[in-house]
Amino acid sequence: MAPHTEQLTAPAVRLAGLTRSFDGRTVLDGVDLEFPAGQFTALLGHSGSGKSTLLRAVAGLDHEVEGGGELTAPERVSVVFQDSRLLPWRRVLDNVLLGADGKEAAARGRAALAEVGLAGRERAWPSELSGGEAQRAALARSLVREPELLLADEPFGALDALTRIRMHGLLRELWKRHRPAVLLVTHDVDEAIVLADRVLVLENGRIGLDLTIDRPHPRSYRDPLLGEYRERLLAALGVTEDLA
Amino acid sequence: MSTTTTTTTTAAAAPPPAAGAPGVRRRRRRSLSPGRRLPAAGLIGPLAVLALWAGASAAGRLDPGAIPAPWTVLRTAGRLWTEGTLATDVVTSLRRAAYGFAIGLTAGVVLALASGLSRVGEALIDGTVQLNRAIPTLGLIPLFILWLGIGETFKIAIIAIVVYIPVYLNTHAALSGIDSRFVELAEVQGLSRLAFVRRIVVPGALPGFFVGLRLGVTGSWLGLVVLEQINATSGLGYMMFQATNYGQSDVILVGLLIYGVFGLVSDSAVRLVERRVLSWRRTLNS
Repeated sequence: MAPHTEQLTAPAVRLAGLTRSFDGRTVLDGVDLEFPAGQFTALLGHSGSGKSTLLRAVAGLDHEVEGGGELTAPERVSVVFQDSRLLPWRRVLDNVLLGADGKEAAARGRAALAEVGLAGRERAWPSELSGGEAQRAALARSLVREPELLLADEPFGALDALTRIRMHGLLRELWKRHRPAVLLVTHDVDEAIVLADRVLVLENGRIGLDLTIDRPHPRSYRDPLLGEYRERLLAALGVTEDLA
Repeated sequence: MSTTTTTTTTAAAAPPPAAGAPGVRRRRRRSLSPGRRLPAAGLIGPLAVLALWAGASAAGRLDPGAIPAPWTVLRTAGRLWTEGTLATDVVTSLRRAAYGFAIGLTAGVVLALASGLSRVGEALIDGTVQLNRAIPTLGLIPLFILWLGIGETFKIAIIAIVVYIPVYLNTHAALSGIDSRFVELAEVQGLSRLAFVRRIVVPGALPGFFVGLRLGVTGSWLGLVVLEQINATSGLGYMMFQATNYGQSDVILVGLLIYGVFGLVSDSAVRLVERRVLSWRRTLNS
């Protein structure tokens, strides 16, 4: 299963024998993984399977975690967390501009807010936003840095079902326009299938399944051909659906 | 599609006997909340006490030697201000409190920053301040008199210590309590250490700082009163202490009144600044 080795471009992310453990408990047990620039990848796994650990390792956020292995990641990386993580004491635009300095930064911030549908809310306080709006602002903040790699740690996990569907469309659209490599960590099989072009399943600290989903976008939850992928993924996750 | 709609309407139409039956109409429940707040609620109580005091004085039911009438207090205040030393006493007291407060505030903030932003600073400072806190500051008075004499320096020093402790404790707690999620965010966004302190640590610690500030303001007046009543030859407390010797209860009440005004004005000023600076919080509270 190595369809990605023929890529002409250098991989955006490369993990080789990546290990991480907490208090002697191995969470990542030698993960080998590559994905090219601009690829939309989803990472599935049970809670506690180490998918967040993997994402945090790629983001460089695991300061005091034991582990080894090789890790290459691009220069400009953005992270979207499950919570929007907006600073309550900065207005929305200032939150989006956190860490982006310079004259044209403000213009880029406004443009990013407009892209996520928050034009006109630049001066609002984060506490005045709904959950979905806050998460859009977080997406805008990640865009301002023009990332080569966008890491998203269950970014829609705290949203209601309707908002989540709308955010799926938005994320896919933003990806199409900016083409960063995306690593979306989720526990929602359907979310992974609808959004990603490649789905990985993390199991026992390794990549248990590496599935390329070859269906055109936008995809529908009701697409029967996606059902096959869903079954394979659920099987890899150890969930057996009784289909009799 | 249409069949489903019809089934839902019939399903919804099934329970009308309950909805249509007379007497099932629900009355509004009795509210258990105390209801809407009265206008100027904060003033009603004090005004009632004042009216009671004035009424009892006018009716001759109060011993004027123990509790003089409100108008006597006001007249005494006017007399002391124009003929006596009240003006200079007020200025003396205010100067002591202001110097002590300013020094205490600066020390509290600087120490909290040094201890909150560096581990070496924390090791050196935090334990020492906690130890200092364990000693009641007013208990230091004898030692400080021995060191600094009985002049202004000693009074300002005591007030500064009374102020710096709550400012330090609350600011330091707020600094070390910064949400680790925001620290992570700063790392992800590539903030420099300086930008991290300026944009996340300091604004995040401001609410705690203001708690300390208000405690410090209250503390400075408390320290002032104690110092002036036992070790002073000028100032409001001295004036009141002297009045005790001559049985001038009206003069004592004038002093208390002025202390009260000081406390009220300074607390309101801090609240005003706090509301301005923490305007982002208003949306949560209102």
